[in-house]
Amino acid sequence: MSALLEVRGLKTHFYTRAGVVKAVDGIDFTLNAGEVLGLVGESGSGKTVASFSVLGLIDPPGRIVEGSIKFKGEELVGSPVSRMRQLRGRDIAMVFQDPMMTLTPVLKIETQMIETVLAHETVSRKAARDRSIEVLRRVGIPTPEDRIGAYPHQFSGGMRQRVAIAIALLHAPALILADEPTTALDVTIQGQIIAEMQKLVAETGTAMIWVSHDLAVVETIADSVAVMYAGRVVEHGPSANVIGRPAHPYTEGLLNSIPSRTTPGKRLNQIPGMAPSVLNLAPGCPFAPRCPYEQPACAKIPPARNIGPKHMARCITPLTRELT
Amino acid sequence: MTEEAVPAPSRWRPVWQEFCESKTAVLALWICSLMLLAAVFGPWIAPQNPYDLTQISFFDSRLPPFSTSPDGPYYLLGTDNQGRDMYSAMLYGLRTSLLVGVSSGVLAIILGVSLGLVAAYAGGGVDALIMRIVDFMLGFPTILVALMMLAILGQGVEKVILALVVVQWAYFARAVRATALSERNKEYIEAARSLGLSHTRIVFGHLAPNCMPPVIVIGTMQVASAISAEATLSFLGLGLPITEPSLGLLISNGFNVMLAGLYWISVFPGLLLLTLIFAINIVGDRLREVLNPRNAK
Amino acid sequence: MTVFLIRRLLQTLAVLFAVSLVVFVGLYAVGNPADILLPDDATEVERQAAIRSLGLDQPLIVQYGLFLKNALSGDLGRSFVYNEPSIKLILARFPATLELALSALFIAMVLGFPLGLYAGLHPGTRMERAIMTGSILGFSLPNFWQGLMLILIFSIGLGWLPSSGRGQTGSLFGIETSFATWDGIRHLILPATNLALFKLALVIRLTRAQVRETMPLDFVKFGRARGLTERRIVGVHVAKTIAAPIVTVIGMELGSVIAFAVVTESIFAWPGMGKLIIDSINRLDRPVVAAYLLVITFLFILINLVVDLLYTALDPRVRLGGKS
Repeated sequence: MSALLEVRGLKTHFYTRAGVVKAVDGIDFTLNAGEVLGLVGESGSGKTVASFSVLGLIDPPGRIVEGSIKFKGEELVGSPVSRMRQLRGRDIAMVFQDPMMTLTPVLKIETQMIETVLAHETVSRKAARDRSIEVLRRVGIPTPEDRIGAYPHQFSGGMRQRVAIAIALLHAPALILADEPTTALDVTIQGQIIAEMQKLVAETGTAMIWVSHDLAVVETIADSVAVMYAGRVVEHGPSANVIGRPAHPYTEGLLNSIPSRTTPGKRLNQIPGMAPSVLNLAPGCPFAPRCPYEQPACAKIPPARNIGPKHMARCITPLTRELT
Repeated sequence: MTEEAVPAPSRWRPVWQEFCESKTAVLALWICSLMLLAAVFGPWIAPQNPYDLTQISFFDSRLPPFSTSPDGPYYLLGTDNQGRDMYSAMLYGLRTSLLVGVSSGVLAIILGVSLGLVAAYAGGGVDALIMRIVDFMLGFPTILVALMMLAILGQGVEKVILALVVVQWAYFARAVRATALSERNKEYIEAARSLGLSHTRIVFGHLAPNCMPPVIVIGTMQVASAISAEATLSFLGLGLPITEPSLGLLISNGFNVMLAGLYWISVFPGLLLLTLIFAINIVGDRLREVLNPRNAK
Repeated sequence: MTVFLIRRLLQTLAVLFAVSLVVFVGLYAVGNPADILLPDDATEVERQAAIRSLGLDQPLIVQYGLFLKNALSGDLGRSFVYNEPSIKLILARFPATLELALSALFIAMVLGFPLGLYAGLHPGTRMERAIMTGSILGFSLPNFWQGLMLILIFSIGLGWLPSSGRGQTGSLFGIETSFATWDGIRHLILPATNLALFKLALVIRLTRAQVRETMPLDFVKFGRARGLTERRIVGVHVAKTIAAPIVTVIGMELGSVIAFAVVTESIFAWPGMGKLIIDSINRLDRPVVAAYLLVITFLFILINLVVDLLYTALDPRVRLGGKS
């Protein structure tokens, strides 16, 4: 079975006055139909830019400099806007982080959903409206026939995000890109949304890329995990393996700093230092300055190393310890 | 050892360089300088003094451009209905327009900036009072206030300048206050205060120079606006009296005969006025573009 | 909402009070009131009689009280020239001025909005720079000179349109207006355009600024992510978002346009309030001037209030309140 999405050597750079920002500097990953990939990293790691690159939504001064993104075998890099527009919202849908500003404040939900339907299919307005109501019901919006006529600000944060997810589902896409969909929500609502998404993925067989900085969240929902740091993927593998037996020191650091994993009363672990600016990266492994296992050999970019089945890490001496 | 918070001279160099990147703006600046020179040296350049009755001849009235009268004078741009040489009249008019525009601008700056600085520095009730007055003044269109004042005061150069100052000071006060409020909390003001400098010294010696950029931008465009306003008032017969030449007055004179085909009496002064205002506005607009992002400190 | 209205009402009264004071001081207290209020050719007997009947021999406070009392009952003095109550004169001319002002604003918006939109969407292009420089020209040209040029070109030169007066008016929806007759419209075009050019520059700059501020927002990107065409995003989402602030600002300008109509009306001999005022000032018809100033102040305040209410109507966030 060929992969649904294949990303090879993707490089997206931003040409600013201050210099070239290499937000994404050569990443590879593969996603199969029905799979959920968790794309994890701190702010500035390039994870959001990576997901926007898939849909071709990089605005100037940025552009995809190199690489290939194949969706169902079709090359997306360099594809004309008209083709991308066909795919967007229909075959590949996106859910953004903050639904308050994602939905146009001055238009009703109804308008925004119907136009999304009509953008890809010629159906009657009534049919579009009915479909929208149905999909709102599916994501758990009560009395959707009434609520559809409301404006975005009349919904609570969690409800708004459900609406955004509903919009993503309108054309039953093969792939959903979710960019930190629960980061802006309360913890309790987070749980609900995650559960909702899990259900949807199971029911519809939609593949998903869940971008997040929160490994704990990703742990619950992802089949495989790719950890990004300074524009590169430093570890990638089945989530049980990556999280159970992290091979890259950065992943280990991330896992150690999750509050729920430390014994109460014990000091929270932190990764010392700060994420590097991707404006002027020093040569060599970008994590080296903060890595507790740094060696002189880390001055050269470590190649991707296979750790186990479908599990890779960019580290000279990948860890092999088991985490408790 | 006192730390003088005076802007170093080299601060303006990059500003100037960026300004010059726009060819249009540089051209406009040249035009402004030319006009300024023409205005200053007007009486020496002009072939005749159009307001000296002995120099004009009624028989030469309403001559079209490029005409020569039998008596000798060459009328480059024609004459008006009183026999005045248009070229000379325009030069004198330019002088007056610039005089009124610049002096009202400068006075408005002095008044507005002082009040704005005081409001920002003193804060509290003083600030509230001054700002109420500013809001009130800005609520009315300039032409209305000017009309009102001239209706009460009558005609005359000083009265026009006064009316224009009253109309303009509020813009400066508001802009300066905004800048001053953010500058007020910076360290150099702290330092000056701890040195025991008097309030006046701090406000005018230290705070003021650092609040100048928006004042320069607004000042430039206000001068243009003042020139335009004076011309409008003169055109309506409310501004300068007939004895003081003004481009607006010339245009007004020409309006009546324009329908008879004697276009040059209105059109030429109009073009001159337009070029002047346009050039000043382009310079001001360019200054605004160049100075604004730089303000981020 | 009621608190808002009450506060506005109080502010209104305060401003009216202040203006009445200024007008009173200006006209009644400066110089010899008797000379100011009476026509220059009054005889001594008439003068004495007038002084007594106008209460000019009373202390200033009493005079001010009388002035206010009269003003509140609509009596703002009689015109010297027309020997009619000034308020009646002004109100009779008001519809003509309003018609002119509204037409001017309409033209400014219809021309300015598309130009500003284009400029905002294509920054840095030659066309955009041309539009922006052109807009500077727009507010550099003194109003009266524009009017002259319009007359010169369209009336004298081309002979297409009349250069003075108001055309025939007819009844449209029960109101006397120039729009009801072709002749009326012909007479309206030049003066309305003259008045509009002045505000056109403002509309262009404002629209451009709003567009530039709105395009980078998330909902624009989300629109693209859903597969909407640029035309739909700009034409519906962006346009509706910027409508409220633009309409508000333009609405506030109505007062200024009515004031500047003074010049246009003089040039085009349009029988509105403005022409009346200029003539009155020139003829020293002070009661009319006083009445005009008060009426106009009241008008401004009314306009401000209406515009504020309009804003709440256009922005659903303000109208329906937010729910978190």
